[in-house]
This record gives sequence, C-alpha cells and structure tokens, in this order.
Amino acid sequence: MGGIQITVNGQIRDGDQVGPHIRLLDWLRTEGLTGAKEGCAEGECGACAVMVVRPDGPSQSRWTSVNACLPPALAFDGQEIVTAEGLSTERGPFAEGDLHPVQKEMSARGGSQCGYCTPGFVCSMAAEYYRPDRAASSLEATVRTGRFAVVEEHPTGHECGPNGFDLHALSGNLCRCTGYRPIRDAAYALTRPDEADPLLARQAQAAPAPRRTRVVVGDGGFVRPMTLEGLLVLMAENPESTLVAGSTDVGVEVNLRHSRPSLTVAIDRLEQLRVLEIEPERIEIGAALTLTEVERGLAGQVPLLAQVFPQFASRLIRNAASIGGNLATGSPIGDLVPALLALDASVLLASAGGERDVALAEYFTGYRRSVRQPGELLRAVRIPLPLADHTAFYKIAKRRFDDISSVSVAFAMQLDGEVISSIRIGLGGVAATPIRASRTEAALVGRRWTLEVAQAAASIMSGEGTPIDDLRSSAAYRSAMLGKALLKFYAKTTTVEDNR
Amino acid sequence: MKSLSDRPVNPVVGLPVTHESADLHVTGAAVYTDDLIVRSQNVLHAWPVQAPHAHALVTSLRTGPALAIPGVVKVLTAEDVPGTNDAGIKHDEPLFPSEVMFYGHAVCWVLGETLESARLGAEAVEVDYEPLPSLVTLTEAIEAESFQGHQPKVNRGDADAALQTAAHRFSGELEFGGQEHFYLETHASFVHVDEGGQVFVQCSTQHPSETQEIVAHVLGLNSHDVTVQCIRMGGGFGGKEMQPHGFAAIAALGSVLTGRPVRLRLNRTQDITLSGKRHPFHARWEAGFDELGRIQALKATLTSDGGWSLDLSEPVLARAMCHIDNSYWIPNVLVNGRIAKTNKTSQTAFRGFGGPQGMLVIEDLMGRCAPLLGLDPAELRRRNFYISGQSTPYGQPVRHAERLHGIWDTLLERADVIRRKEEIGAFNASQPYRRRGLAITPVKFGISFNFTAFNQAGALVHVYKDGSVLINHGGTEMGQGLHTKMRQVAATALGVPLGYVRLAPTRTDKVPNTSATAASSSSDLNGGAVKNACDQISERLAHVAARKMNIHPDDVRFADGNVTGLGVHGPDIAFVDLVRDAYFQRIQLWAAGYYRTEGLYWDGVGMQGEPFKYFSYGASVSEVEVDAFTGAYRLLRTDIIHDVGDSLSPLIDVGQIEGGFVQGAGWLTLEQLRWDESDGANRGRLATQSASTYKLPSFSEMPEEFNVHLFERATEDGVVYGSKAVGEPPFMLAFSVREALRQAVATFGSRGHSVELDSPATPEAVFWAIAAASATTTSAPILHGTEAKSVPVSTRAH
Repeated sequence: MGGIQITVNGQIRDGDQVGPHIRLLDWLRTEGLTGAKEGCAEGECGACAVMVVRPDGPSQSRWTSVNACLPPALAFDGQEIVTAEGLSTERGPFAEGDLHPVQKEMSARGGSQCGYCTPGFVCSMAAEYYRPDRAASSLEATVRTGRFAVVEEHPTGHECGPNGFDLHALSGNLCRCTGYRPIRDAAYALTRPDEADPLLARQAQAAPAPRRTRVVVGDGGFVRPMTLEGLLVLMAENPESTLVAGSTDVGVEVNLRHSRPSLTVAIDRLEQLRVLEIEPERIEIGAALTLTEVERGLAGQVPLLAQVFPQFASRLIRNAASIGGNLATGSPIGDLVPALLALDASVLLASAGGERDVALAEYFTGYRRSVRQPGELLRAVRIPLPLADHTAFYKIAKRRFDDISSVSVAFAMQLDGEVISSIRIGLGGVAATPIRASRTEAALVGRRWTLEVAQAAASIMSGEGTPIDDLRSSAAYRSAMLGKALLKFYAKTTTVEDNR
Repeated sequence: MKSLSDRPVNPVVGLPVTHESADLHVTGAAVYTDDLIVRSQNVLHAWPVQAPHAHALVTSLRTGPALAIPGVVKVLTAEDVPGTNDAGIKHDEPLFPSEVMFYGHAVCWVLGETLESARLGAEAVEVDYEPLPSLVTLTEAIEAESFQGHQPKVNRGDADAALQTAAHRFSGELEFGGQEHFYLETHASFVHVDEGGQVFVQCSTQHPSETQEIVAHVLGLNSHDVTVQCIRMGGGFGGKEMQPHGFAAIAALGSVLTGRPVRLRLNRTQDITLSGKRHPFHARWEAGFDELGRIQALKATLTSDGGWSLDLSEPVLARAMCHIDNSYWIPNVLVNGRIAKTNKTSQTAFRGFGGPQGMLVIEDLMGRCAPLLGLDPAELRRRNFYISGQSTPYGQPVRHAERLHGIWDTLLERADVIRRKEEIGAFNASQPYRRRGLAITPVKFGISFNFTAFNQAGALVHVYKDGSVLINHGGTEMGQGLHTKMRQVAATALGVPLGYVRLAPTRTDKVPNTSATAASSSSDLNGGAVKNACDQISERLAHVAARKMNIHPDDVRFADGNVTGLGVHGPDIAFVDLVRDAYFQRIQLWAAGYYRTEGLYWDGVGMQGEPFKYFSYGASVSEVEVDAFTGAYRLLRTDIIHDVGDSLSPLIDVGQIEGGFVQGAGWLTLEQLRWDESDGANRGRLATQSASTYKLPSFSEMPEEFNVHLFERATEDGVVYGSKAVGEPPFMLAFSVREALRQAVATFGSRGHSVELDSPATPEAVFWAIAAASATTTSAPILHGTEAKSVPVSTRAH
C-alpha cells in the first residue's frame, strides 16, 4: 500500500503531509488550486463545491458535487476529484483554453459578476449536466398549469428546465450578485454531453475502490476501516472515536466550533452499511447511504420521504450526508426524523456484542442524546410496510431552498372509509428531540376525518411540544404552525385542486 | 466639438459584452486577495481576540500565555502602534480599544505561523473586563437619548399647517431591520514590506485611497510610503467602503513589526460579528392628503441605528432624508433625522446608502394609507408623481420627471397588469388557502455623492508602441462590471476593438486620491476620466494622421482599429501603424485623465442644494402567491423597466438590475439580523452570525418569471456616452414585492383594512398579518384560529 494519493483533475497528487484535521478545501488551495473558495465553512454557500466520482452500482459511477469545506482531505485517499480548473484543461474534449459547456454558458449569459461563487456553481452545474437520468427526468415532469410555464414541477417538488436540469442541483450554492436568473438560463441551456467527453466516459466505469487509510499524528488520527467487523472492533477499542460519512455535521463542528476529534473514522464506503433492501414486510436502508442515494434507490416508493428529500438541506449536502448520520447527530430539527417517526421506523444498533432493533420513537432521550451506547453503531434504518395511504410533509422555514426548519411536520394516516384507522404525526423543532404528536393522534384515531374533527384536533396539536422563541421564529408561530399543518393536511386530502 | 455624451460611429459601448473576467471566473483562474498567499512564502496569519461583552472596559490584557503557544509569533496590541490608534476617519474607532463597544469587538490580534496557531494563541490571551451598561435596541437608545453626530432637518413649506387643513390625516410608525452584506468573499488583506520600507497592501477594498490613508496614519507614515492594490473583490455592496481599513492596518502593522508577509482573512462569523451592516431605522410619521389622495404634508422623524461609531452614518442618514419623497411631490415637508448610538457593530454603507430606508418609509405609508383613502395603491402612487418643474424637498429640480410617467405607463402595458389583475381576482375568489397579490412601485434615485468633493476621478491610459492599450482608473471591481465598462469606454474613445484594451488592477500608485467605488457613480466618474485620457491621446494621434492625409485634425476619425479622414479616399491607416509613426515622431502616447462632475453643490447643514447630477428612474411590478396556512409565499413574476440612460453595457446593466432587485427583495422579505436583547450573559451578541442562521436569497427567492427592460431613447446629456448609473437604484425596485405581499394579505381582510407588515416580511410576519386581516372578516372558516399576536403599532386615522 502506497502513501496518501488523491487524483485531482486527472493528476495524482501526493498527500503524505496531510494531517487528519486538514479539510479538502484547504488542501486543494495549498496545492495551488484556489478556484474553490471558502464562503461560509459550513456547507451553506457552495463556493467550495467540487466534483467527486461516487459509485453508481458496482460497475458505474457518477460525478457528484460536494462541499469541499466540510470533509477531511484524507477521506479522499484514492479518490478522484475535479475542480473548476479541471473542467477546461486539455484533458477534456475541448481544445486547451476552451471552456467546458457549463463554463461557456455561465460566461456568455452573465452568470458571474464578482465571480467568487462561480467555480462552485460551475461544479454543481457540471455534476447535474452529467447526471445520467437528466433527460429522462424531464419526460416525467409535469408542466405546471397556469401562465407560468417557465418552471416545470415534478410531483416530488423538483423544478426542472426543458433539458431536464433540476434546479435543486444548485440549491446549495449562493450568489449575492446576479439574482440567479442568468445562472438558471445557463443551466437550462445545456445540451447533452458530447459522446467523446471523457468526464462522461468516466461514469461508465466503477468508482475508485475505497482505500484503507490510516494516519495518526500528534493531535489526532484518521482511519478508514475496510470491514464492518473491523469498524466495530475499532469502536470498542476507541469509544471516543468520531464516525464520519459525509462529515456534513462534524465538519461544521470542526470549522465553526473548532472541535478537533482525536480519532476520525470514515465509514461512508463500507459496503455492509450501503445496502438498500425492499422486502414485502419492510424497507431496510443502510446507514452510510447518502440521502441522494436513498432518494434514488427508493425512486418515489415512499411518497412521504420523496416529499422530504428536495426540502432537506441542499443537493451538495444530500450528496454527502448519510441517513445514519442524520439520525446519529440527533438534531431536534432534522427534517428526516419527523417523517421517519410518522413512518413508524426503527433503527438497528450494532456493536461488537450483537445487534438490537430500537423503535425510532424510543431512540432519542434528550437534546442530541439517544439510547445508542458508546461503541454502538447505527447500522440501518427500517421502515415497516405497507405504508399509510395519506402522507404529507410540511417544512416551515424562512427560505424555501436550503434552510433549517422552524417547524417540520410529517403525517401518515390510514383511512377506513371516512374513519381514521391509524395516524402518526412526527414533529421537529418543537422540543429537545423530534417527537410524535401523541395527544393529537389519540384525538383523531377512530374518528371520522371531517373538518370539525380536524379543527378540534388542530387546537390540540397547537399545544404539542414545548416550542421556544429563537432566531428562526417565535414560539407562538411554531405552535400556530402545528395546528395549521393539520388543517393544511386536511385540505390536501379533501381538496382536489390544491396538492402543492 | 466632442461632448461627453455623444457616441461616435461603431462604438464599443452599448455592445452586450460579457464581464471582462467572466472566463477567469468560470475556470477558477480569477485571483482574489486571499488566493495570493499560496503564491507567497513565510506568511503569518492573523486571528482576533473578540470580547464577550456588549460594553466593557478592558482592565488588563496578558499576552504571555499566547506567546507560549507553539507557532505564535506576536500579539498585536495598542502599544505596538507607531502612529495613530484609529481605524476610521472620524477618530472614533480605536484600532485596539480600551473600551469594548460591542459584543465581539476585537481587542487585540494574534499572529501565528499557521491559522491554527494564531487561533489557539487568541484563545490563550487573557483579558479582564469590567462590564458596563449597554444599549442594544433602537428603542433603548431613543429612550436613553443616546445619539451621535449631526441631527439634520429637511424643511419645506409648513407641514404643521398643511396637516391641520388636510382632508385626510394619518399617522404611523415603522421599525425595520438592517442587512448583512454577505459578499461571498469575506474581508481579506495581505501585506508585505518592500525593500526601502514601502508597505504594499493587497486588500479587498472599495476605497483603496482611504485604506492607504488609514494604514499610513496607523503606521505613522506618509501616503507615499503605502501602496494599496485591489485586484478584484468577491462582492462589496458598500461593505468594503469603510470597513476594510482597520483590517488592512492590522495586517500592515504585523508586517512592519515582523518583517514578514501577513495575511488577515476573516472567516464568515468574524466578518459578520466585526463589520458593519445596513442601518436599521425607526420612523414615526404623520401625513395629510387632500380629497383626491394627493399628499399635502409629511412630518417624519427618522432614527437610524448607527452602532458604536459614526462611520458613514451621517451621509447615510442624509441620503435617507433626501429619498423619503421617492417619486412623489410633497409640498410641505418636515423631516428630522438622528443617529442612535448603540452597542452594536458600526453600521455602514450598503447599496442604496440610506435611500432604501428613506423610501421604505414612504412606500409603506402609501401601502397603508391607500385602503384608508379608498384608492387602489397604484392609483395613489401615480397621482402623487412629480411632474416637470417641481423640485425635491431639498430644493433640487426633478429633471426628466416625465420619464417616471413614461416608464410607469409602459410597464403597466408590458406587464399586462389590467388583465392580470382580473385573473388574480378570479383566482383569489376561487382559492380559500392561497391568494395572489400584485403591486407596482416606482424608483427615483439621486446620482452623485452627496458630499460634492467626492465627485472627481482620475485615470491613466497607456498606448504602447504595438497599439495595445493599458488602462488604470480609480475605481475598483467588485463584480459590478466597472472594468468591463471602462474597457468599452476606452475602446470607443480610441476607436479600437475591445481586444486592444487591457485593464490593470486598481492601485493607489497609479491613480492617487481616488474616491470610493460607491454611490453608483463610478462609471460616470471614472468613465469621464478614462475618456478624457483617451481623448488627449487620440487628439495627438489625429494631428499625426492629419499630416499624413493632408487634412484638418478635426476631420480624422477613429473606429474599429482604423483611422480614416473625411473625404479622404484610399487605404485606411491602421491604428497600430499610426501609433508606431507617432512614437517615432516623439508624440506622447499616454495620458492622465481627470473628471469632475459639473454643477453640484450641497449645504449639508441646511440640507439644501443640488447634490445630484441627475435622477435614475425605474418601476417594477411583482406578483406573489401567499399560503394562508403558513404565511409562506412565492414570487411568481416580476417585470421591470429601468432607466440607465443609453446603456454602456447592456448585459452588465441587466445583471445589476436583476441582482439589485433580488438583494432588495432579500432585505425586505427574508434577511433578518437577530441580536440578543436579553439581560443574559450574551446580551448584544448577534445570533445570526453564520450562513446557516442568516439567510440570503437563494434560487427559491428569484422571480419565477423575470422580465427586465431598459428604458429606451434615454440619452443622458453630460454623462459619459449618454449613460446613467445603475449600481444602487434597482435595489429599491424590490418594494413591489413587499407591496404585493400586502395586497395578497389584504384579500383575507375586510374592504378598507389597512395591512401592516413587519420588515422583513418573513413568512411568519405575513402569517401574523393574515391573522390580523382575517380577524376583520368572517370568511374562510378553515383558517380561523385562536392565534393572536399584538400588532406593533397601528395606522391611526384622525
């Protein structure tokens, strides 16, 4: 086994001097690749975005846009990265000095003003440009009725151009100058990649295999174990180790709160954690699958989750963040958790001593605390089947793309005729942990689904949890939103015209 | 005789060229200040020690523990300052304070071999504080009568008497929030000392000359000892007009003391917590209208929240007071202004520079009063427009007022407003839970620095022997396309293709004594100077060509890289050949250009004069859709017509209009600065100090349909190639979004209900406004709830 090697823009670079706390962004910049910028250091602005080759099944791969400001550089040992600089080098099908089609459109249409966010936009846009199912998805798109045919909407909330370009691919990139219109125009003007495009051809081959990485220096270490068994042993021996998949949460702690984990353990490529199984009784989702991979793997089969994904952070984050990480971090406002609560999901906790299945409703014990013990790994999430017929997810936030919820509410309801045979309601942002709206559920089960019942239940629901005033919204608004969410859900299930 | 606004044949100005750095931007090759450090060696990194108090005395400061941290090289404190310990121009901003004036105030800076060692060093510095009472909110400052700077007054006619006799009289209050610049590139400086002690400062600054002056006075040097260069900025928006100076001075001090290059780049949280923002304002007003809805009198008191020091608060307030009229003729006006002194960051320039704050007051007033007057808000606004011959409350004639009317009428037609209003009515009648609203609002914005002396600029233009052209000018590039326009101006003035002209980074040793790149006026000022320099050169070249063609120099024409003579047949002379000939005839091929705006004067004490060269006009129509359950909304469509004169560069100008509009919409609907106003330990701390908590517009805030048109046949006499400024005015086109939200909310209330909307009009604010409106009627039963929130202050009819 050789030293640390990372391929950037087709060139293998030696990473033997890279310490465990060096972020990918800083390493790229010290290598002289200063196109990627730091705008926020917490995965919100996308100025640092680059493309990475990620697996797409065993024999194919995808160019995947990720934030470079969050993950450690060592997580990319043996991997392939392309930056904005690399899109237009002589490696491409384009003569040296020529621009990549994405760069050409961005330049010609006024997609850059100050230019600081532009390399990141270019990488996010290029990854979507190469997305294999981009054209196909445009066929599924339904043109929204009304006067504004500019934007086409998917049933899942994705907004696509006539070329199948999903605008949500850029949801993690902020521009303060342009107002976005020329960037949208550039994205929607892209054609299919040229057959001779080497970056397109790269996707027809498997992603680079993960490499066993082990770097320990004075103030910390970085390890990538190759098996689940090895991971569990490592965790048993190092109960203080910090597991990372996409580092989208730990990276923020490192950057903004200056935490310096003593031992970082990368688990994102462990095959045993990357399994998605759909069986008659249940769906099992491996913890290390990214949210993008889960969305792709489920392909809309869990409509409630399909509603969550486009509203969950940004594409850049979803491309890196794992479903297991979202549960392990235990945020009271993680958008996925209320939906999983409504779906009656459970989590599989594995340790060197064995496995246990814990209902998600019993998993959280307090603010960012759970029943998971040191040395225990969240291995998978299980969703029981069949699913309830009526589901909805409402995220209340200031900004529609890439914001943190003030409140999020998920419903899963089964009707027997007009009678509610079961209902589960998951709430985020109104307590120290995501919770079930138990009193509201009790007031609804067995009742007829009428306006009067919904209104009565809505006033109960407004009293669920213990919402607080903070920078995102007032406690009064949060409480009001709980009740309104139920009324909105009622309107959705009973009104034909308004399903948006 | 060439006039400044005349265009020659085949001008390069007016072509829709792309940004001169666009290809560098998209390939990641464009270099910003902090990208320079990987090209240098031996660099030291700076990290601040930020105080955890809103107001406190520094009773002791021990740097020893920091110096014990491996890699820490030096801790910079007040004792290290060889010159003046001051980072501002008002001498009220100590670079190293002994009194902490806001939460996060930097009391000293640590230099380390790595950023990590500097950070650990900063953690190790021991500081003792004696906390003092603090004022955090505008209300607290007003109650404590904590004010700073001048308290100006704009007065015309007799507002009190006119209010007494007005047919309708209303009063109200509005307090609205500031705005974080959130340029994507945070403050950055990189300084090294040349042989001979010349301090070379590379800085992301909109005002290199002032950065130079502050660095010099901190170091105790003369201006000729300090050179400031700004390659380009990753956004400025006013936030880098005054604010970079102190950071550059820290880096320069560190470099002088250590002899090593020093890099100071703020991370996002440091940038947000250390640097100033748009001023929040409080406004109290009384207005009188006649029977026809024509405003007869306005009395208002504007109080801005200036933060801990004056910075640019006085000129910002002056511009706010000069824009409270927006586009409306108000015969009797009395506006008082004052600047609160609070324990917050020192608020500063931000696109519009007080103009948006002044105009928000009148646009809010119009939106609130229209239903009380029984008028459609668009009709109320139209009725009050200036007409030719009228003048502003500060005495400036409103030239080209007819453009306002033309833009308005054309926009109503182009945006199909009459038909769409019918459609919206039908939509709203059929939709219990979603409502649409549409509004049209105008903009009139004065161009020039209020302070007359700033309205001058210089340029340095070189023509080399091979015919290539290099230009320097005093303006900086922050994405607004100034350099693109200046290349076009030079190419036009010299009659050469754009490719002949290259632009060199802004440096104080090329063009001295420059004004800030600000007030939207940099194309006017620097364009005038670049053209002046080019005209000098082409006049000399014309003599060379005239001798060759045996004609009068006035009959020589330069276009497309060729030189021709009127009535001269035969082969053209190539520009490059003419230049070479001129060199051998010992003709000077370079020139320094200069421009000063004519006809301006301003009495800053009496608040009277003609401070502006001209007014920029525009109008916008926006349509929104509001969700009654949550208050969430979408911006469905915006149409804009804006007056940029004859555009120098249409792609650039449309970009400025769209970008300014969305940034304005962000300020009015989304962006919210939340300070800890409690009496707890974190009092005065900014809670929204990162990208995850301070939200600026993303794709979801862009209008889904966005149509921008430039006003046609708009030549502006006396301005370079007939153009007009564009940087700031479009920001204020965003009022149509806020007013459209008000219209949508109004549909939930009874007829005549005056909707009051917080600013920013977040989904939560819209929700409460809907709740207040719904309480006035009995329709839409599903919406009825028990939620109640006290609405701040109501519009009261007398």
